[in-house]
Amino acid sequence: MDDVLLKSGGWLLIGLIAVLTIAASADFGFSVHLAIIAAAAFVMLVVTLRNADYGAIATGVPSVVVDHGRYDDDPVRWGVLATLFWGVAGFVAGLYIALQLAFPALNLGLEYTSFGRLRPLHTSAVIFAFGGNALIATSFYVVQRTCRARLAFPSLARFVFWGYQLFIVLAATGYLLGITESREYAEPEWYVDLWLTVVWLSYAAVFIGTIVKRREPHIYVANWFYLSFIITVAMLHVVNNLSIPVSLAGSKSYSLFAGVQDALTQWWYGHNAVGFFLTAGFLAMMYYFVPKQAERPIYSYRLSIIHFWSLIFLYIWAGPHHLHYTALPDWAQTLGMVFSIMLWMPSWGGMINGLMTLNGAWDKVRTDPIIRMMVLALAFYGMSTFEGPMLSIKAVNSLSHYTDWTIGHVHSGALGWNGMITFACVYYLVPRLWSRSRLYSLRMINWHFWLATLGIVLYASSMWVAGIMQGLMWREYGADGYLVYSFSEVVAAMQPYYLIRAAGGLLYLSGFAIMIWNVAQTIRGNLRDEKPLNDATYNPEADRPLPQIARAGVRSIRSGGSPDAAVAAAE
Amino acid sequence: MSYNELRHLADSWGLVVMAAIYLVLVGWAFLPRNRQRNRDAATMIFKDPDHG
Repeated sequence: MDDVLLKSGGWLLIGLIAVLTIAASADFGFSVHLAIIAAAAFVMLVVTLRNADYGAIATGVPSVVVDHGRYDDDPVRWGVLATLFWGVAGFVAGLYIALQLAFPALNLGLEYTSFGRLRPLHTSAVIFAFGGNALIATSFYVVQRTCRARLAFPSLARFVFWGYQLFIVLAATGYLLGITESREYAEPEWYVDLWLTVVWLSYAAVFIGTIVKRREPHIYVANWFYLSFIITVAMLHVVNNLSIPVSLAGSKSYSLFAGVQDALTQWWYGHNAVGFFLTAGFLAMMYYFVPKQAERPIYSYRLSIIHFWSLIFLYIWAGPHHLHYTALPDWAQTLGMVFSIMLWMPSWGGMINGLMTLNGAWDKVRTDPIIRMMVLALAFYGMSTFEGPMLSIKAVNSLSHYTDWTIGHVHSGALGWNGMITFACVYYLVPRLWSRSRLYSLRMINWHFWLATLGIVLYASSMWVAGIMQGLMWREYGADGYLVYSFSEVVAAMQPYYLIRAAGGLLYLSGFAIMIWNVAQTIRGNLRDEKPLNDATYNPEADRPLPQIARAGVRSIRSGGSPDAAVAAAE
Repeated sequence: MSYNELRHLADSWGLVVMAAIYLVLVGWAFLPRNRQRNRDAATMIFKDPDHG
């Protein structure tokens, strides 16, 4: 009883403090955020009071006994649903801002719906909300299975999930309100950063705690990748967000660093957000779910260890390639370029390791649409990790930087690699998490696969053409030494490519809508009545011994006669 | 330590130490006596048909 009183009283206190602080708030955005925090605290107050085990308080015997013979999958189920929910938000925002570039009227003349505010909403929603929830959910699933132990600190695991959702809501509303640190992929302001630090350290505690209590002597390689992702993101997040708030009751803060040091810190963070959030974390998913779905062990465990250590040792130095031809010292730019090019090798080693897992079972690409998605994801991992080092070469970068080529590169990685591997893992997880015999429909995965693939192809190819055209037009000098094209002429030339890109985004979103339907039906327990995908052909007509007459024909065919002549001879 | 000294330490001894650590970690995977361990580790996720 004391426990319930203490907890609910605590939530009430937090809510009241948040409401009272609104009076002292220095700016409108901070007030809105305090109101959100207060609302979250009051929701928790109600949840605490309603879910309290009053029977246990009265009788002293808990009414629900935790079954330690089963894995703790509630946070995983919530994480899968959150992945799909935030995926819709992120993909719709992406399509909308793509259309804004083609039709500027869609900015609606409001500050809240302008491109500049919706763009970070899109990037953070897909990376941190869609991707982050997928990483948290799959890491909790994989670490339990590979350690053969239930999650350590179950209530902390639940805090990680809900705390992370609060972080997403605060970040997303902040972007719309114009609260930003203006650091790419690290836009949230100081108090949201502090909250994320608390949530992330709790995440690390749950993950490491589960590894510590494992019943399996070896730590499977997927957990190495998850662990490096969790630890590195913690380090990057803390260092890049070192800042001093203007007021403790206001949202604005200023970075601790200045000038080029600030820029390098930001891109050390920014590139490793790609390297450890979008690469190491998703590779962890690959190293568990690809072998499981293929029902074959990883092609080479030794190669996976080399892949791991090479990524760890090389990625962290690649950030300066975002600052070519800036005030950053030339040696630092070259260092970033060299390490980026070296990264090509472990990346392709990892891709080969994943793809070759299907060695001897390549027919699964035809019969199993989940495997097909995984193979496409790995192919895009290979393509974007080839394109990235190429773009980091200074000579190439002088053409590609600030153009839409970069956007095309990012999306071939994000839509192709991160998106497709996440879809495949969710398709793998849903029937298992909700104890269904299979997914509602395998043929709908096929539709999802082709819509998404076509979408990526349209997106990436239009952005290659647009980006290279843009770069060439910007640097075009006439005989008189003046630039040939004005900036607005370049923008006008981009219009058709922006439309193709938006069409690609629409296809990708349509595929995702099919996935939502498929997953929703699976969770409801429905099975679609459909022709199975891997049906071996059976012809009852051919399933009988050869008749006496035909044998003469066979003999005659063997001796060089035409089949028709053989039949005629037999008759 | 001045910026210049730190920078020269990083790109000489720092680089050598990092490369050596990297080679030890990767070389570990190549030791012949770890061959069976690698094989066991790769197949451990299939040991338990229900939960693995």
